[in-house]
Amino acid sequence: MKPAPFDYVRPSSLAEACDILAGDEDARIIAGGQTLIPMLAMRLARPTRLIDILRLKELRGIRSEDGAIVIGAVTRQAEVERSDIIKRALPLLSKALPWVGHPPTRNRGTVGGSIANADPSAEIPLVAVTLGAEIEIANPAGRTGMPADEFFIGPMLTSVMPGDCVCAVRFPVWPHRRVGTGFHEVSARQSDFAFVAAAAQVAIDEDGRCLDVTLGLGGVGDRALRIDVTPLIGEDFGRVSVADVVRAATEGLEASSDLHATADYRRRVASVLGTRALEDAFAEARSHNGAAQ
Amino acid sequence: MKVKLNVNGRLREADVEPRKTLLDTLREDFLLVGSHAGCEHGVCGACTVLIDGEPSRACLMFAVQADGYEITTIEGLAPAPGELSIVQDAFCETHGLQCGYCTPGMILTAHALLTQNDAPTRDDIVEAISGNICRCTGYGQIVEAVEFAADRLRKTNAPRDPQAAVADEPPVGRPAKSKAPQEGILEAAQIDALRGGRS
Repeated sequence: MKPAPFDYVRPSSLAEACDILAGDEDARIIAGGQTLIPMLAMRLARPTRLIDILRLKELRGIRSEDGAIVIGAVTRQAEVERSDIIKRALPLLSKALPWVGHPPTRNRGTVGGSIANADPSAEIPLVAVTLGAEIEIANPAGRTGMPADEFFIGPMLTSVMPGDCVCAVRFPVWPHRRVGTGFHEVSARQSDFAFVAAAAQVAIDEDGRCLDVTLGLGGVGDRALRIDVTPLIGEDFGRVSVADVVRAATEGLEASSDLHATADYRRRVASVLGTRALEDAFAEARSHNGAAQ
Repeated sequence: MKVKLNVNGRLREADVEPRKTLLDTLREDFLLVGSHAGCEHGVCGACTVLIDGEPSRACLMFAVQADGYEITTIEGLAPAPGELSIVQDAFCETHGLQCGYCTPGMILTAHALLTQNDAPTRDDIVEAISGNICRCTGYGQIVEAVEFAADRLRKTNAPRDPQAAVADEPPVGRPAKSKAPQEGILEAAQIDALRGGRS
């Protein structure tokens, strides 16, 4: 047995889980365990107690709620990947999921787990930041929501306080008729950690002018970042140079350097993938027939 | 802690520490050593088992978390003692294994893929086994084995798993059902005969 000894509890409600968590600062939440168990095996984490929330029904499932899709924290990544609701309403998340781990880890890994782990190169946090999702957090005092870009503060670091439990992620759904998405990633092998990942979503009007646009980059720095591409709003993508806008927006980007990729490489790839993701998103938006057509 | 696990259709009990992985429990308490221990931290895929029919890493789950699931190990695939499942047989025929360390994981992963999709593309197969590392055969013959198994399964012309059947697919008639599996197996055997037969 590789992990250090710990106690295992399986509370029957979220409230009970929060109480146990609040009463023991060395306790950890476990759901899919796809990141935590390797950490335990290598003894990088030595919790006193694991609180298993995987079977809490109140934390499971995908539902549509006033202009948003709410995904329960213990919903498995594979369920989200197969979900028709997600394919329709959150195509960007659908496109990103095949890049998350491998099929066997997606079968057990959860959406909330990936969010709470806050790996800077992880795809689900990237989509959450790109779309401006809200992370719902429960603690003994109640439930609160926090915007994704405030939630993630650094590599494996979040604003979660001791005793807090991520319970759902609320992704806004764009109301526009013609919406397109794009997702690109560069890694050593498919499903390995992203050196750079780019996620984009674009909405256009009947004439092809940009109504709304968002671009996010993951893996570049210490957390997923939303890039300012607002100069594109009101423009026709066919007439402006997307590459110029992205290059300008990513110029001063703080990038990390490691033995896989230098900071300079990451910045260059970020600019190229960001452009590709936006162009794909625009092409896809254009292929959706608007009201005028 | 006492756990009761449904392994290969049988309820088995064990008294384990919470920190004991499902993999160690399968191997040490139930003596099902077909699930191999490789990296033991979720990278290599040698320990892959099916949890409710879905490939999952047995080293990334504690035994105390595994109650209530249907767990299938490589020992649970063969239709009868001394026989091989179609996927196992295909791996033998196409030399889809060499040292055999990754093989149980590869076969279970392939089995799960073919239960959902009996006509996978090469890309589907590569994606499905992307989490399983092989360090000797290379992946060419493994992919070939899965393609071969898919071909045989298709020829049986009946859904392998009632849950995998498409809802709007016309029901398979009784005569076809009783004849089809034999036809598929015979056909494969005839192909084998052309290639020199099975030993």
